Amino acid sequence: MIILNGQESENYSTLSELLDKNGYRREIIVVEINGVIIRKDDYDMIDIKDGDIIEIVHFMGGGSR
Amino acid sequence: MEDKLILNGHEFTSRFILGSGKYSLELIKAAVKNAGAQIITLALRRAQGGAEENILDYIPKDVTLLPNTSGARNAEEAVRIARLARETGCGNFIKIEAIRDTKYLLPDNYETLKATEILANEGFVVMPYMYPDLNVARDLKNAGAACLMPLGSPIGSNKGLCTKEFIQILIDEVDMPVIVDAGIGRPSQACEAMEMGAAAVMANTAIATAGDVAAMAAAFRKAIEAGREAYLAGVGDVIENGSRASSPLTGFLRN
Repeated sequence: MIILNGQESENYSTLSELLDKNGYRREIIVVEINGVIIRKDDYDMIDIKDGDIIEIVHFMGGGSR
Repeated sequence: MEDKLILNGHEFTSRFILGSGKYSLELIKAAVKNAGAQIITLALRRAQGGAEENILDYIPKDVTLLPNTSGARNAEEAVRIARLARETGCGNFIKIEAIRDTKYLLPDNYETLKATEILANEGFVVMPYMYPDLNVARDLKNAGAACLMPLGSPIGSNKGLCTKEFIQILIDEVDMPVIVDAGIGRPSQACEAMEMGAAAVMANTAIATAGDVAAMAAAFRKAIEAGREAYLAGVGDVIENGSRASSPLTGFLRN
């Protein structure tokens, strides 16, 4: 079990598997795992462990709340 | 010499910063074009995946992206969002929003100052949303801010320049660009801010909620340009009591 964007989620073995299976557009997202920002060049080298807390963010319109 | 807005050495000819909230994605393109905006603010939020359309698909590539730290309640959260935003590869501009108050969305100047200091040291072009307080403004300058972004009135309120006198103090006393942000509801209010000597105006709700978004973006652009031109021309002084005739008070046709 991992926590993906605040929700419990099934586990994935690698970050690239998680991104691909969920259709994330790599060019517009930023990934943070356990509070550490992952550089785009490293996406294909990251393994996911049980209990990882993963945030995937992108830009959207707007400002406060 | 061309009149430019300069933020940490980055030059802009437009003095209209456009917020990107509350639009349909199709309208954002028309708003950017008609506003003539060269800087647009964006928020960072959790992404759902699914190869969805993104606002970046609708913003021309030559526009500078200004991510904000909306959602941050303190300096620590603002710094985290800023670092994530920079990792998108969109550049190093950041608008700091550190907001605890959920009713009026007023900025927390203390947390904003702390975040400014950290992020300026990390090489960000820091644009702090702040309550117009002269002491904090001076501290923000010393901390490395690129400008000041005092609020005219609460975010999204369209109430205009409620803090006018205090914004004027910042313009007169602090030698850095003062960009009026938040609460500007009409082109006339944007124009007034520019006549006062503001370096730029930021607006979002006033345009996004207008009957005709593209037309209102154009109206704001013209008002901001007119206000800037008036400021550079030198606005005439006010006579509190009495009057000043515009033709000689002699030679009247009187019997």
